[in-house]
Amino acid sequence: MKRRNNVFKLLLSGPYLIWMAIFVLVPMGMVLYFALTDPDTGRFTLDNLMGIEEFLPVFGESVWLAAVSALLCIVIAYPVAYVIAKAAPSRQRVLILLVMLPMCMSFLLRTLAWVALLEDTGILNRLLGSLGIGPLKLIRTRGAVILGMVYNYLPYMIMPLYSVLTKLDRRLIEAAEDLGCSGTQVFFKVILPLSAPGIISGTTMVFVPAVSTFYISKKLGSSGTALIGDLIESQFKQSYNPNLGAAMSLVLMVMIFICMGIMNRFAGQDEVSRI
Amino acid sequence: MKKTVAIALILCAVFALFPVSSFAASDSVPLTGEVINVYNWGLYISDGTDGTLDVNAEFTRRTGIQVNYSTYEDNESLYTKLKTGGSSYDIIIPSDYMIAKLIEEDMLEKLNFENIPNYKYIDESFKNTDYDPTNEYSVPYTWGTVGIIYNTKYVDPIDSWSALWDERYSDKILMFGNSRDAFAISAFLLGLSINSTDEGEIRQMADKLAEQKPFVQQYVMDQSYSQMINEEAWLVPYYAGDYLVMAEENPDLAFCHPKEGFNVFIDAICIPKSAQNKSAAEKYINFLCDPEISGGNMDAIGYSTPISEAKQYMDPETASSAIAYPDEETLERAVSFTNLPTETIRQMNSLWTSIKSGNGLPWYLFVIVGVAIAAAAIFIVIRKKKRNSY
Repeated sequence: MKRRNNVFKLLLSGPYLIWMAIFVLVPMGMVLYFALTDPDTGRFTLDNLMGIEEFLPVFGESVWLAAVSALLCIVIAYPVAYVIAKAAPSRQRVLILLVMLPMCMSFLLRTLAWVALLEDTGILNRLLGSLGIGPLKLIRTRGAVILGMVYNYLPYMIMPLYSVLTKLDRRLIEAAEDLGCSGTQVFFKVILPLSAPGIISGTTMVFVPAVSTFYISKKLGSSGTALIGDLIESQFKQSYNPNLGAAMSLVLMVMIFICMGIMNRFAGQDEVSRI
Repeated sequence: MKKTVAIALILCAVFALFPVSSFAASDSVPLTGEVINVYNWGLYISDGTDGTLDVNAEFTRRTGIQVNYSTYEDNESLYTKLKTGGSSYDIIIPSDYMIAKLIEEDMLEKLNFENIPNYKYIDESFKNTDYDPTNEYSVPYTWGTVGIIYNTKYVDPIDSWSALWDERYSDKILMFGNSRDAFAISAFLLGLSINSTDEGEIRQMADKLAEQKPFVQQYVMDQSYSQMINEEAWLVPYYAGDYLVMAEENPDLAFCHPKEGFNVFIDAICIPKSAQNKSAAEKYINFLCDPEISGGNMDAIGYSTPISEAKQYMDPETASSAIAYPDEETLERAVSFTNLPTETIRQMNSLWTSIKSGNGLPWYLFVIVGVAIAAAAIFIVIRKKKRNSY
C-alpha cells in the first residue's frame, strides 16, 4: 500500500522533476564544468576561480546594493502590506491588484522610463530647471541603481508580507493586549516575530534578483557602478570567455547561498517554515 | 516625426486586420516558402522608416524569399554567437579583421560568384583586400571611418582623441562598448600601432583607458544615438555613417577625423558554415549589390558605398559628403585593423573586463558589514542559549 502511494507521488511530481533535471540541474552542472575547465585544453583547472579575486570588490558592491535595496523594500513594504491586510476584504482585492499592476508592464520598459525621468536632460531635471533649480545629478549614481532595484522588486516584498499578515491569528494579539502589552509591545513582541517568514521570503525574492541584475545597473548606473551581473553578461556576450563567466556565476551562487543561510539564522525559529 | 510614427503604427494595425494578399503589389513574386536568417549590426539597413527604401521587404517582393532579420552590437558579439552555436544564420556582415579571423578558423563558406553577377559593380579598390586576398569569402557591403561626434553647443572645436580624456567634459563622454575599437583609440593617442601584439603595449593602452574611465558616462554602442541626439552626452567616438544620420536629428552635432589617425573599415557580407540556405543567401548578396538598392540603402544608413555606380541613386548631398567620403589627404591618416592572434585578443578582453568592472566598495564597508554580521550571529546564539535555559 505504502509502496503504491510512493509510485503515485512520483508520477504526480514526475513532470516537474524532469523539468528540474533538464533546465536546472543540467545547466548548473554545465556552469560547474565550465568554471573548472581551461578554455583551450578543456582540462581541469582552478585558474578561472583564482582569476576572480580581481573582481571581489565588484561582488562586494553587488551584495551591498542588493542588501540596501532589500532593507529599503522591507521598510517601505511592511506598512503597505499591513494596511492592505487590515482593509476590508473587498478592498483588499483592489489594493493587491494595484500593487501587481506595474508588473503587467515589461521590466525593461519600466527601467527605461526611470532613465527618461532621471536623465540630466530628463523630465525631472527640466521641471526643476524651469523652477530655477540647477540640473541635479540624479542618474548614474549608486542611489539611482538602488532606486531602480527597489522600484522593480517592491511587489515581491509586499506579496509575501501581505499573505503572512492576513493569516495572523487575531486571538494572539488580543491575548497580548489582555496581558497588558502596549501597542508598540504588541507589534514588536507578537506581530513582527510572527511575520518573520514573510520578511524572509520577501527578502530572498528581492535580494536574489537584485544581486545578479545587470540591466538596472547598466541603464541607471555609471561606468563606475558596473555590477557583477554586467561582468558575467559581457563574458558570455562579447569577450567569449564562458569559463570566467561561469566561474563568476558559481561564486555568485555560493555567495547567495551564504547570504540566505545567514538570513535563515536570523529567523532563529525552527517552527517557522523555511524557504 | 513622432506623430508620423504613431499614424504609421495605427495604419499598420488597421491593415493587419485585412488578409495580406488583398493589398500586396501585383508585380510581386509569390512567396516561395524559403526563409533566410540575416544577422547584421544594429541600425545598419534601410528599413522603410520615414519613406526610405525597405530593403528586406523589397527583397521578398522580388524573390519571394522571406527574411528573418536580427541584429548584434559588435563584431565580438557576432563571433561569440557563432562560436556558441545554437542558431544558424545564412548571412552575416562582419568587419574586415573579423572576416580574417573567421576565414582562419574555417567558419565561412566560399561564395559561388556565378550567383552574384552584381559583384562586377564593386569598385576595384575593394577587391583583393588584406582580409580576403583571393575574393572568395566576402562581398563588401559598406566602408567607413571612425571619428569623434561632438555637440558644438557644449564642446569647443576638437581635432584630437585627447578630447575624450578632457576633464571638462566629465560624465558627458561616451566610449566604445567593444574592446577593439576602444583599444585602437588609446593606441592612436599613445602613438602605438592599433594592430600591436606586444603585451607591454597592450597594457599601456589599457592603462590609458583606465585613466579615462572616471570621465566616461557609459560604455555603449548604438545607445549613443539617443544619448547624443537628446544631448545627454556631448562626445562619442563612433562611425562616420552614424554621424550623418544623427546630424539629421540634431544639427548641432559635428564630426572630426582626429589628427593622430583613425580606423578605416570595410564591412562585408559573408555566409557562415552553419548556413541552411546558401543559394537564397547568395541571391540576397546579389540583391544588396544592385547599385539602386545599395544607393537607397546607404542613403538611409549614412555609411559609404563600395559601389560607385550606386551614387547616382543617392541624395547628392550624402553622395558628396566629405565625412562619408573623406579626401585623399584625410585618408592618409586612416589605418585598418588586421586579425590579431588569439592570445592578444584574450589579453585585450581580460584587460577590458577589468576596465569596465565597477570601482567596487571602499574597504571599510566590508569591515563594517562583517562586524555587523558577527555581532548579529553572537546576539542570536546568546538569545537562543538563554531561551533554552528556561
